[in-house]
Amino acid sequence: MSRVSVLKGGRSLERQVSLRSGARVEDALERLGHQVVAIDVDLDLIARLREARPDLAFVALHGPDGEDGTVQELLEILGIPYTGSGVLACVRAMDKVLTKHLLLEAGLPTPEFFAFSQTAFRDLGAADALGAIEERLDFPIVVKPAGQGSALGIKFARTAADVPAALVAAFSYDSRVLLERHVEGRDLGVSLLAGEPLPVVEAVPRDEDFYDFEARYEIGRTDFLCPAELPAAVTERAQELALRVFELLGLYGFARVDLMLDSAGELYVLEANSIPGLTDTSLLPQAAEAAGIGFDELVGRMLELAAARAPA
Amino acid sequence: MKARDLERYAGLFASRTRVMKSSAMRDLMAITARPEVISLAGGLPDTSTFPPDTFAAVATRIAAEECAKALQYGPTEGLGETKECIAQVMEAEGMRADPQDVIVTTGGQQVLDLVTKTLIDPGDVVIAEGPTYPGAVPVFSSYQADVVQIDMDAEGMRVDLLEETLDRLERDGRRPKFVYTVPSFQNPAGVTLSLPRRRRLVEVAHERELLVLEDNPYGLLRYEGEPPPPLYSLDGGVYVMYLGTFSKILSPGIRLGWVVAPPPVIEKINLGKQAADLCTSTLSQLMVRAYFEQGRWRDYVDSLVELYRSRRDTMLDALADHFPPQAEWTRPGGGLFIWATLPEFIDTTDLLARALRDNVAFVPGEAAFLDGRGRSSMRLNFSGCDEQQIREGVRRIGEVVTEQVALYGTLTGRERPAAPQADSREPELARVLRLPRRAERARRAGGP
Repeated sequence: MSRVSVLKGGRSLERQVSLRSGARVEDALERLGHQVVAIDVDLDLIARLREARPDLAFVALHGPDGEDGTVQELLEILGIPYTGSGVLACVRAMDKVLTKHLLLEAGLPTPEFFAFSQTAFRDLGAADALGAIEERLDFPIVVKPAGQGSALGIKFARTAADVPAALVAAFSYDSRVLLERHVEGRDLGVSLLAGEPLPVVEAVPRDEDFYDFEARYEIGRTDFLCPAELPAAVTERAQELALRVFELLGLYGFARVDLMLDSAGELYVLEANSIPGLTDTSLLPQAAEAAGIGFDELVGRMLELAAARAPA
Repeated sequence: MKARDLERYAGLFASRTRVMKSSAMRDLMAITARPEVISLAGGLPDTSTFPPDTFAAVATRIAAEECAKALQYGPTEGLGETKECIAQVMEAEGMRADPQDVIVTTGGQQVLDLVTKTLIDPGDVVIAEGPTYPGAVPVFSSYQADVVQIDMDAEGMRVDLLEETLDRLERDGRRPKFVYTVPSFQNPAGVTLSLPRRRRLVEVAHERELLVLEDNPYGLLRYEGEPPPPLYSLDGGVYVMYLGTFSKILSPGIRLGWVVAPPPVIEKINLGKQAADLCTSTLSQLMVRAYFEQGRWRDYVDSLVELYRSRRDTMLDALADHFPPQAEWTRPGGGLFIWATLPEFIDTTDLLARALRDNVAFVPGEAAFLDGRGRSSMRLNFSGCDEQQIREGVRRIGEVVTEQVALYGTLTGRERPAAPQADSREPELARVLRLPRRAERARRAGGP
């Protein structure tokens, strides 16, 4: 079989989640008969990859560096085929602002938003424009760092008075942030494998008023319903929408698209994840399971897709 | 076959594991362990100053004289000779305990676990300080205690608020099982319970037949002033249970602590300990005994006091130099920690994420609360890093805080968000958990 390097960990704030994803992937690869070299990504990444001489790299990293095209670029330079999307798609998906502009341009629904860089406030007096934003977006609004893969740093602003502190928090994670209209409704995740949408997963927080970072990775804090109990037409639209996002961003292999379904039955795209979590509580493995694809088979398919894309 | 998949086991977990949760904050803390990070987050004593010769002499003596005993199980309650060392430490703080009422434990942390296991049914109320020792949070959670936290100020726990809380609980038909307190140089707040409040707390315990767990790891690490008597000596061991440890005066690696409690309670704790680990490491107990027989343990504590006092001063100076005027912090007279409070628009968990980019870490205040409070505070440790690292670490945090204060000022159209506090503000008037920073600086500079 193949020699596969599993890249995991790293310095990202999602290090622990990545280690959990990576560990499960390693186990699956071994069960599939592959020779596995796990690499906790650090300063010696290149040296370790050169030493390991893998046929393929399985990128189980989350967040900046792993999911934003940086590691993918390095793997391109080394000529090592890798799982998941290429550099450009990673760049597009990691940057929520860029994603949303592309969605708007393609006529796909996404909640109204405004984006700012820290320099806009520091050098261009953007604070004076906050009032105008607050008039144009109904409260509550959600304030997010542009490039954080998890829910870290995402804050609700219920009134205008909450906005400055929410911005300060979001700027802790990225030099660009976005303010987005909060869509009240159901939280849906549509995962895709080989360009095919999988069953829709609904995340139902148990007692939090916000689906937060902690709940996302914990058993017992959030109930995941898969397949989500939705009218067939809504499921179909959600899957179709997710597929269009997948194609629009140029994603490859697998991905997850997060959507909101409001009370009027409208769907909105929040973001796309080029390397969704593969932990026990992650949505992509659950969706695959619901489609009859076990975890080992899922990992096997991801690897095949990587090999299929590799230049001969 | 490897078996890491959680779903294989998820159905087998006890319901109490639901609250033994990992969290975003804990995931962030995991990153702080990287070598390039200056971590002011830990609670680590500096063990590098312990003389290796002493260690070697102690180990050699045990090998020569008591090898078989050191390698054997011991009694659950601990060795008599270790209890003699414990008596010396307690005497140094003005306490005397009947060796029968003492159990030697695997670190002070085990005392927390055993006392909670002994006293708490799911849903029972434990009273703690707010903020409380972050390491107590998972203990209380794992026994499904309902923790009620009492605010603190510069004189420690607000015992008046404690009484109000006890009244309220009584009206609701709830009787708390025990009050958990770190009265001297509290972790994380750094403040010390004043003598009048100590007296009142002991009275309250007697009036209401309420147990108090006095956790005193830092009492001997006093950098100035006279120590107030421990709660245990004020109470005489009727309602106050005492937790001691060798971790901060000798070594946390030997994992040796102790508990003193009234005989009926100690009996139950003994049974709990038997179930938990049969006995505390005999090897560690004999090492402590051999070390104490050299008769120089106080000298070592004195050397730690010198070392940590100087580090505390360095941290206080660095805070005054690098933190913005809107920040406040405690000025502990001992122990290992300073508690800093930032303007409320700063969330210290988010701030930690930002600070980690600059390779510096602290404990976000939310770790010291079970109710979501403390989000604008942080715990800073000054014992585990050298002075150069303390200065640099505080400088880096200060830079990030200053950046966020300035950003907030820009966002709200106020360049200077909070008016500086009056330099004339008296600490006793302030009666807050934090000292005004400008007053501090003015005092050091000899004027405003």
